[in-house]
Amino acid sequence: MIAEFGHYALVLALALALVQASVPMVGARTNDPVLMAVAGPTAVAQFCFIAIAFAALTMCYVRSDFSVVNVFENSHSAKPLIYKLSGVWGNHEGSMLLWVLILSLFGALVALFGGNLPARLKANVLAVQSSIAVAFVLFILVTSNPFLRIPEPPLEGRDLNPILQDPGLAIHPPLLYLGYVGLSISFSFAIAALIDGRIDAAWARWVRPWTLLAWMFLTLGIAMGSYWAYYTLGWGGWWFWDPVENASFMPWLAATALLHSALVMEKRDALKVWTILLAILAFSLSLIGTFLVRSGVLTSVHAFATDPTRGVFILAILLLFIGGSLALFALRAPLLKQGGLFAPISREGALVLNNLFLVSACATVFVGTLYPLALEALTDEKISVGAPFFNATFAPLFVPLLIAMPFGPLLAWKRGDLLGVAQRLVGAAGIAVIAVAVIFAMEGGGPLLVPFAIGLAFYVMAGALTEIVERTGLLRVPFETAFARARGLPRSAWGATFAHFGLGITLLGIIGETQWSLERIAELKPGQSMSIRRYDLHFDGVTTRQGPNYRELAAHFTVRRHGDFVGVMEPAKRSFPSRGTATTETALMTRGFSQLYLSLGDPNPDGSLAVRLYYKPLVLLIWFGAVVMVIGGALSLSDRRLRVGAPKPARSKAALSPAE
Amino acid sequence: MKWRCLVAAVLSLAILSPAVALGPDEVLSDPALEARARSLSKELRCMVCQNQSIDDSDAPLARDLRILVRERLQAGESDQQVINFLVARYGEFVLLRPRFSWHTALLWLAPAAVLLIGACGVLVLARRYRASSERATAEREKLTPAEAARLSEILRQGEQ
Repeated sequence: MIAEFGHYALVLALALALVQASVPMVGARTNDPVLMAVAGPTAVAQFCFIAIAFAALTMCYVRSDFSVVNVFENSHSAKPLIYKLSGVWGNHEGSMLLWVLILSLFGALVALFGGNLPARLKANVLAVQSSIAVAFVLFILVTSNPFLRIPEPPLEGRDLNPILQDPGLAIHPPLLYLGYVGLSISFSFAIAALIDGRIDAAWARWVRPWTLLAWMFLTLGIAMGSYWAYYTLGWGGWWFWDPVENASFMPWLAATALLHSALVMEKRDALKVWTILLAILAFSLSLIGTFLVRSGVLTSVHAFATDPTRGVFILAILLLFIGGSLALFALRAPLLKQGGLFAPISREGALVLNNLFLVSACATVFVGTLYPLALEALTDEKISVGAPFFNATFAPLFVPLLIAMPFGPLLAWKRGDLLGVAQRLVGAAGIAVIAVAVIFAMEGGGPLLVPFAIGLAFYVMAGALTEIVERTGLLRVPFETAFARARGLPRSAWGATFAHFGLGITLLGIIGETQWSLERIAELKPGQSMSIRRYDLHFDGVTTRQGPNYRELAAHFTVRRHGDFVGVMEPAKRSFPSRGTATTETALMTRGFSQLYLSLGDPNPDGSLAVRLYYKPLVLLIWFGAVVMVIGGALSLSDRRLRVGAPKPARSKAALSPAE
Repeated sequence: MKWRCLVAAVLSLAILSPAVALGPDEVLSDPALEARARSLSKELRCMVCQNQSIDDSDAPLARDLRILVRERLQAGESDQQVINFLVARYGEFVLLRPRFSWHTALLWLAPAAVLLIGACGVLVLARRYRASSERATAEREKLTPAEAARLSEILRQGEQ
């Protein structure tokens, strides 16, 4: 009964979505407040019904109801509860249900917290948001129904792919979807503005918090996925330029550009048309990502679907929404009134430069990801575009961006003083030069690129702090005064500082990991040792253990540094009888920001064990930097000026900023 | 990624060789040659895997290719000769960084092209924009006939 209940709730949600997609829009056209007011309650009700459907599927998983095909194919009664729950979205049908759940959640949030939006805008936004829901709920019901039954239910399920039975992967998809799908709100706002033919600085203020929220989740989701790949795949890679990763990275680049251009629109009433286009593009890239992952065009880790009917359906949705929105854009954009005068050397000029490079980087990833597919479709010729291509093209686009980044927040709006800003960045440049010199001395030769890359990372971090240091007078006034001033700074200033500083941290981690990683590959017998850097690892022996739904072969290593005991590492190999597959469980030992990384191969007949050992310097900074970026986003979001739905700027900005 | 090949290997019951990407038995004794082999391996695709270099892959094919690369390096071939040999044998598909040719020109030139077109677009729009806003300012400073009449009215009243 529970599955049928969920199925029915989903059908009702579709009906509600149809109402919400049409009635408020008619109301907005005829200026009928009653029809427009339909949007809010319907959005909340739609979310409730999709939540009921999702809860029903979750119940089926928790109770291991193998009469439901989806549960049979992806669950097992012996699986731990957390993986029964995460199994709900560890498959195609369930993850699409999570997709629409989050889509309707954002709609409901706009309905609940958008009280101060103009009625017409709110009605249009919710109607557009719901039209996306119509398409995807229909997609689920027609091609990917998770509630189908098996006439003669089997006793046991086929289990979730063991590689997905991991805490990291339990939370990675929801985070990523919150980001992906969260961009639908900025898209809906953009389309609503185009339908209305009106847009002003207030629009940017309404859109920015939603974009920021989606961006934060997207950042966390990507970082989480990267860390999962790092510790699961057994050889310490954390970014592969895999099409599935690119599918989430492209919306991130576009959303980052959108955050910055919306800033210009809000402050200077300029870049309106461009901001609208970016909002459309960011969500279109999310849709393309969904298509790439869900249609089975690429057969890879995240691609669970191989049925071409699904691919064609999603492609139709893709063409409808991307084509439709771009057509609407072409029709309506010329009507939007531009405003604001523009000087090239100014904060807004710097933000345009930021957008130029971010969009170029995004286009690079886009072309690199889709080119092999397009070439094969057109000429039957197969080529590979992998990490070496992306590293060669992406880095040259990002380095100028990183060099220019500290200038942006220091330049004044309208008319900036480039020379003055350069003088203020002398401190940051000095820190960078010291870093280059220190690294150069430490390396004593080696590739010249490394010291300069490290120097760039320090320059980015110091440059990010420059504004805060100057505005608080940290090095000039007593610490108490500086602290009081720091508290008084607007949160959005802190947000930008944190986000930019976090990027510097990530950069430092990337350089450290890629340039200084050490690797040892050996075949060891119990009693033998291997060493890496200053650490000695002694192989004590192997034990076999029984887990809830797997058997495990664990190797026991004692780690010593200069003869002193540091800890133990226990890498393992797990075999899952239900699917006849095996996973490698790496052992990690954190030392500061660096890690020792140990993974096992198969045992040899002579009793020895193939082992890979890595020393990964500064590797944790890669993800720590992403967390700092997200903290920056959260600070910015908590700024009263941007508080979700805030209609007006802070009452008195003069009272908040320090006297200088 | 790595596990896909692992899964494929398990399914094809070909899991006889150690499932560590680069096995200890493969490593060459000459460190310079081994370093060249490693950097070459990172550029070459494991053709039965998804987007994975032979350096990272567990698949038996990747192992064969790694050994092949090392054999040819030991025989004294240059990096380019090894790559040419593999492309002749397996096609362009084996390269993770496609060669520049007419059918990959769009791929390689796209980043620079987008950046250039974008920069030109910004410049052109900024120029047009400044011209139009200057015109608008000039327009705004001109008085409409009604305003001119009102102004002369006020001035006349002031004189009286």
